Amino acid sequence: MKIMSKNRKEQKLSISRTGIPKRGKVKFFALREDIPRNIYILGGAVFIGLVLVAWQLITAFGLVRPLFLPAPVDVIVEGGRQIREGILYADASASIYRIVMGWGFATLFAVPIGILMGSFKFFEGLFEPFIDIVRYMPVVALIPLTILWAGIGDFQKFLILFIGTFFQQVLMIMDNVKQVPVSLIRVGQTLGLSRIEILKSIVLPSAFPGVWDTFRITMGWTWTYLVVAELVAADKGLGRRIMDAQRYLATDTIIFGILFIGLLGLITDYLFKLSGRFLFKWNRGS
Amino acid sequence: MIAPKISIENVSQLFYKSGSPFVVLDNFSMEIAKNEFVTVVGTSGCGKSTLLNIVGGLVEPSDGQVCIDGIPIDGPGRDRGFVFQSYSLFEWLNVERNIFFSLKKSAMKEREKKETVRHYINAVGLSGFEKAYPRELSGGMRQRVAIARALVYKPEVLLMDEPFGALDSQTRGMMQELLLQVWEEHKTTVLFITHDVDEAIFISDRVVVMSARPGRLKLEKTIELTRPRSYEITTEQLFMDAKKELIGSIREETLKTMAVPSGS
Ligand SMILES: Nc1ncnc2c1ncn2[C@@H]1O[C@H](COP(=O)(O)OP(=O)(O)OP(=O)(O)O)[C@@H](O)[C@H]1O
Ligand SMILES: [Mg+2]
Repeated sequence: MKIMSKNRKEQKLSISRTGIPKRGKVKFFALREDIPRNIYILGGAVFIGLVLVAWQLITAFGLVRPLFLPAPVDVIVEGGRQIREGILYADASASIYRIVMGWGFATLFAVPIGILMGSFKFFEGLFEPFIDIVRYMPVVALIPLTILWAGIGDFQKFLILFIGTFFQQVLMIMDNVKQVPVSLIRVGQTLGLSRIEILKSIVLPSAFPGVWDTFRITMGWTWTYLVVAELVAADKGLGRRIMDAQRYLATDTIIFGILFIGLLGLITDYLFKLSGRFLFKWNRGS
Repeated sequence: MIAPKISIENVSQLFYKSGSPFVVLDNFSMEIAKNEFVTVVGTSGCGKSTLLNIVGGLVEPSDGQVCIDGIPIDGPGRDRGFVFQSYSLFEWLNVERNIFFSLKKSAMKEREKKETVRHYINAVGLSGFEKAYPRELSGGMRQRVAIARALVYKPEVLLMDEPFGALDSQTRGMMQELLLQVWEEHKTTVLFITHDVDEAIFISDRVVVMSARPGRLKLEKTIELTRPRSYEITTEQLFMDAKKELIGSIREETLKTMAVPSGS
């Protein structure tokens, strides 16, 4: 009753929406306690701001030579140049396309295989040793092989991103599926549902929030493999641009590229979080 | 003589713990008549849940068999509804849909299904909470959803494993009365597990005491209290006598588990 009315009539209550208690002090360093939302966000922004200021100061006073660390302004100018010349757009679209395909293929395989491994011990026993072996192989070392197998086109880039993502993702999805309480599966059995029906209407929805989180995390990992994927035989791409800039010691290009990849990663992360909150309304408050 | 609804015939269950076998149920037999409300009590670890899981078809016994209407069971089925101790609700479905879920395989028409769901939501006192998600409910309310979900498709047998075990005593008392009320209205055969003797006497036609592991049938006590029952009967002499007898019997078993080193 209480909880219900809290959800429905929150706006009408006189409690301040900032989350700051009316009386008494706000405790910032209470163990595992929430702090006001705006302070939480402000903190993150302030810290980034501080890093930027420190960067500006270091370059302004010439503590480091511009060759090693260009000023923030130079990086922004470089960004402006790339936008104007259409380089950024071409690079970003080539890279995003690769990320989406590489991650997409990985996910396409990881979801069904992960569900099978999490649900049936047989498949866990069948696949896990193999996956564990491949998982520890350095992806960079696989570049020559992928070129042999897939040539030097986009497909080779997908393959690298696929390898970097799939083998971690499938194990995480297996774990997500194993988190589904056995009692829920028992309920399905006593209702006379078939195994397929139980997987579809109980295991899948129950594991979905966890799987969504896995999507978010593994997408981040796919981004980190971008430079590796574009290391060889790419004419466009955010990672390619960074590798090229190294040859000309164009530090501003390098730093801009790194920051831009970081920004795109942050945006995808945020989109996943936001859509997750929308998809799993029932899970709110966890 | 009418054929029993459930007959548990010489059921034994062996489990292996770190390689060595140990007997949980030893040649357990019992019959339950149609629409009878039977409760099993016993010390912790004596094999009550195991017995219930076997009747539910979730565990296959090492020996013996369980028959429903004289036909041996083969795995779980829609004739036996289950309410687990943990609420085990579908967190992603609201109250209404949780209950509706049980009717997935039902032959009813869509409208009839909706009617039935509404009826049972009322019966367990959850009207007004149709759209609430399990996360928003208290423990007692969650268990009411679980009960409605098990009743709504009218299984011939209802199996309940300490359904009120996690509730505080006040809520528990309310839930017992509610369960009886619903049961009076929609009679089914119930096999109920608890370790609360008061609860057992209050709700049952017959209380069965299991011995400490290996679980055997130790004592059967028919409860002659009239129905419908309300909480006043807990002060009746008949209730007190039954309670005394049952508690004495369980105590003996509990003492055994404490005196003899476990294992064997
Ligand atoms: N799948 C299993 N494998 C091995 N041992 C098991 C298994 N299931 C139950 N046991 C053991 O069987 C014994 C009886 O368990 P059971 O859960 O039936 O007891 P219980 O009477 O329901 O106890 P409680 O009152 O505590 O719920 C316990 O010692 C338990 O450890
Ligand atoms: Mg138990």
